[in-house]
Amino acid sequence: MRPDLFHALQAKRASRRRSIDQWFRRLGLFLTLTTLGILGILLLNLAMNGLARIDWNFLSSFPSRRAGEAGVLSAWVGTLLLMMVTAGAAIPFGLAAGIYLEEYAPKNRWTDFVEINIANLAGVPSILYGLMALGLFVYQFQFGQSVLAGGLALACLVLPIVIVATREALRTIPSSIREAAFALGATRWQAVWHHLLPYSTGGIATGVILAMSRAIGESAPLITIGALTFIAFLPPAPWVDHVPFVSFDWLFSPFTALPIQMFNWVSRPGEEFQANAAAAGLILMVITLSMNAAAILLRRRAQRNITW
Amino acid sequence: MGSSRSASSRRLDQGLESVMVWVLRAGGWASVLVTFGIVITLVKESWPFFQAVPFVRLFTDTMWTPLFSEPQYGIGALLAGTLVTTGVALLVAIPLGTILAIYLSEFAEPQFRDWVKPMLELLSAVPTVVYGYFALLTLTPLLQKIYPDLPQFSMLSAGMIMGIMIVPYVTSLGEDAMRSVPMLLREGAYALGDGKLGVALRVVFPGAFSGLAAAYVLAISRAVGETMIVAIAAGLQPRMTVNPLESAATVTAFIVQVSLGDLPHGSIGYQSIFAAGAVLFLMTLGFNLAGHALRRRFHRAT
Repeated sequence: MRPDLFHALQAKRASRRRSIDQWFRRLGLFLTLTTLGILGILLLNLAMNGLARIDWNFLSSFPSRRAGEAGVLSAWVGTLLLMMVTAGAAIPFGLAAGIYLEEYAPKNRWTDFVEINIANLAGVPSILYGLMALGLFVYQFQFGQSVLAGGLALACLVLPIVIVATREALRTIPSSIREAAFALGATRWQAVWHHLLPYSTGGIATGVILAMSRAIGESAPLITIGALTFIAFLPPAPWVDHVPFVSFDWLFSPFTALPIQMFNWVSRPGEEFQANAAAAGLILMVITLSMNAAAILLRRRAQRNITW
Repeated sequence: MGSSRSASSRRLDQGLESVMVWVLRAGGWASVLVTFGIVITLVKESWPFFQAVPFVRLFTDTMWTPLFSEPQYGIGALLAGTLVTTGVALLVAIPLGTILAIYLSEFAEPQFRDWVKPMLELLSAVPTVVYGYFALLTLTPLLQKIYPDLPQFSMLSAGMIMGIMIVPYVTSLGEDAMRSVPMLLREGAYALGDGKLGVALRVVFPGAFSGLAAAYVLAISRAVGETMIVAIAAGLQPRMTVNPLESAATVTAFIVQVSLGDLPHGSIGYQSIFAAGAVLFLMTLGFNLAGHALRRRFHRAT
């Protein structure tokens, strides 16, 4: 082949490759923006249908058969109480498990098993946590269809998230920090408490926020334990005016929650109830998206501030 | 004197140490207890159901109506719903998620990627009940304009939204896998004169394949177990069909539907949702273990 023809052919091929690359770059950018656009459309849609419903009355009224008078008071109070139980159970156990697996656990079959177990737990469908809670917490332990049963179900659901976040945060700390502490005669727990935990607060807090945001949006496990949707009363307050000033009766109260209330409204015919559903959805979206945004910012800051 | 105080404080430290080891170990056990709790509850509560129902009828019956006076136990009717909605979701999520992963890993500017990836992950943080609302009240009417015979509840609509929900799983894990393919391999292919897309498809994609496969498998597990989207938008009527334009209940939607009614402890309805749950657990367990194994293999290889 003549050399000039060869070069021309090669140049043509190179330019075709460049144009294919260019074409894929545009396709990728277009699909990225479209996918993100869906999130925007979702928010806009909820805002257009639901924003007009959100006012003081909506936040301070009980559900009602008349859509215009219905509100989310018992739902957001229920969500708040559930989260107290969930956080109270998932954070200590998750932290302990994370620290144990990362800092203490010997490398053996049992540890391998625990790790596979956590990886599987993270993928178990949320509704199965609801079935476990129904069989175990509601009937076996006789907690009833209560805030306690619901909160514990959600705690089991988010436990793997807290464990994995704790482990990853600890793993980024170089072993020289541990060795320095041991060299000065610290016990393992002293190294964890005085050095490793303070350095990993950012990562752990990120995981905890993500876990809570997941729990707030979950409805399937609460439906299976039979969380009622029509609750026109509030659980008893956690504080009382006589000694000992705190009461735990609310733990055993029936409850509803924001996602449950929204599900109830979605499944009813009639545009007015759908507007209520959109309003409840908007509140849920604002809560979960801002928690996620906070987690992202926290993670960024934690990463930026650390130079080993 | 100084030495005796330090000896006693040392004893105290050692005491605290041995207490904390047990406290932390208990945390590790808690995660195992949750798994045992799930397995034992599912087995125990569904046992009477599987005792009462002849095993072959699960596969020979064509309808799933365990609560009727003349019950039918064809679990295939529920599995069909799960299969079709999952299939539709994967048809959306795998191509879209893979293209986004290739684009973000090989083409996009690093700053753009750092900004877009967390934004995409927000898609899987949206509460699923909100997605259900969106599928039922926004996407279905939109699809009905294209195809007027589409019923109000359809597996197509629910599956498509479910696909959007699992795109971040595919993209995020897939992109991580592709980025961990060594730069040397890419440079070798460039040196042989390949273009960017060629390198991505012929070198990076095969190199990261077990990582990508793990992402796909975990996405399947998500789709199989997803509940609220299908319960709201795909319908609650079990139906033996593979046509995504129809409505049908999935395994998960059946559990929701029965839970919404009055459900006395020990009734046939109560037992049937645990039976459905046991089937669901086995399916997702298989996918989760496969995904875990693939991910391990990928990490060991790179």
